Amino acid sequence: MIKLVGVEKTLGKQPVLRGVDLTIPTGKLTTIIGRSGEGKSVLLKHIIGLMQPDRGEVWIDGTDIARLKGQALNEVRKKFAMLFQGAALFDSMTVFENVAFPLREKLRLKGEIVNRRVEEKLEQVGLKGMGHKFPAELSGGMRKRAGLARALVMEPEIILFDEPTTGLDPLMAKAIHDLIVAMQQQFKFTAVMVSHEIPEIFGISDYVAMLKNGRIAEMAPSNEFVKTTDEEIREFIFVAGTVTPKGLPTASL
Amino acid sequence: MEGIARIGRYTIDLTEQMGRMMVFVLSSFAWLTRPPFRVYQIVKQLNFIGYKSTFVVVLTAVFTGMVLALQGHYTLRKFGSEAVLGSAVALSIIRELGPVLAALMVTARAGSAMTAEIGIMRITEQIDALDTMAINPLQYLIGPKLVASLIAVPLLVALFDVVGIYGGYVVGVQLLNGNEGAYWSSIESAVEWKDVYGGILKSISFGLLISWVCCYKGFHTKHSAEGLGTATTEAVVLSAVLILVWDYFLTSVLL
Repeated sequence: MIKLVGVEKTLGKQPVLRGVDLTIPTGKLTTIIGRSGEGKSVLLKHIIGLMQPDRGEVWIDGTDIARLKGQALNEVRKKFAMLFQGAALFDSMTVFENVAFPLREKLRLKGEIVNRRVEEKLEQVGLKGMGHKFPAELSGGMRKRAGLARALVMEPEIILFDEPTTGLDPLMAKAIHDLIVAMQQQFKFTAVMVSHEIPEIFGISDYVAMLKNGRIAEMAPSNEFVKTTDEEIREFIFVAGTVTPKGLPTASL
Repeated sequence: MEGIARIGRYTIDLTEQMGRMMVFVLSSFAWLTRPPFRVYQIVKQLNFIGYKSTFVVVLTAVFTGMVLALQGHYTLRKFGSEAVLGSAVALSIIRELGPVLAALMVTARAGSAMTAEIGIMRITEQIDALDTMAINPLQYLIGPKLVASLIAVPLLVALFDVVGIYGGYVVGVQLLNGNEGAYWSSIESAVEWKDVYGGILKSISFGLLISWVCCYKGFHTKHSAEGLGTATTEAVVLSAVLILVWDYFLTSVLL
């Protein structure tokens, strides 16, 4: 289980997180929403230890990683994978080499086993036969899918998604969302996603959390979340008019 | 009072930056001692820093040797000492110009590329991606560059020395009709092993300086295109200045 307790972070002189308390359920897809510049990506980076809080605790399966460094932190990170906003593929490597990279570097696997696992993941994300291409030769959507294949190949317990559909057209964004949901249901990993895609994320997320003024203003199953009485949150989530929470009929403001 | 406060702040910032640079290089070497050992990465960097710098180093060496012979011949002729041209060229190159010029050329060619490569990886979150895969970027990315630079720069300096001396030979003996025997024998009698050791010692320390500064600047690039440009410029300028300053101190100790 992922649990953040009183996490505070100031960047420069700007307080970004002002005491975040958040518990993320295991094996579910939780989406963090909030206005631009609220610190959603900063929050995600705290969960995987890319940033350390000024104050507070970040618990990952019973280990507080808020003060961990070096090898101890790396041990916890083995549970994780992350899909970055720009996919963060290594541009000097082909798509195949990118997906094979964690297998070769972390598991020290070689030869046919690597080939099989990489080809399998590329096929799952719809990039069969694209392994020889370099990231610069791919479209934005294909890069995200390659990034997703790299995240999935180690079969992690937790995957973090930092705005996985930013910059994509609606059809491609839907395809990426569908892929994330399908993979999450198949492999049962804990998924934490930061997204601006409202109302779409209500249709795919098990839980939704709203970051407002550096704190979690609301956290609930997506079908409960839409019933919030907070006017500011209602205005934010119903900006497009209607919302269709997972497994429920459409709701409106 | 404001002026004193500003000097104080600047001094504190400078000290902090030096401390961070020291931690950066020591951590990188410490990570190198832990498995997995990145032999392939080191070989790849040897190719990039060493082999691919060969052409520019040879070109610089040829013309440095040639111009030294030209200037040396002009000056020594005034004293009737053309016979010692070989030793003048060889000692200048082996003790001073070889290590310094080769290091400056490696900074310009490979150092700037190192900063740009690492900087782009920082901006596009590729370094963060390494971290999330539990692969330490200092071990995977920085350590091999430090080691390769420590090996490649002395080898390039040795190449520079040999080519530079032959460049001097072409001008001093072939073009200006100097005495071939006098050219080589003056080198043999004047150049001592301590001159060669001094040059090698300098080149090793320059190799470390180049990769240290350039990797550090790239690793701490600010997240913008302007930040990358600034980091690359700072890396090249700082490396070049440190090479010249460190050369003075090392020469004063070695003399």
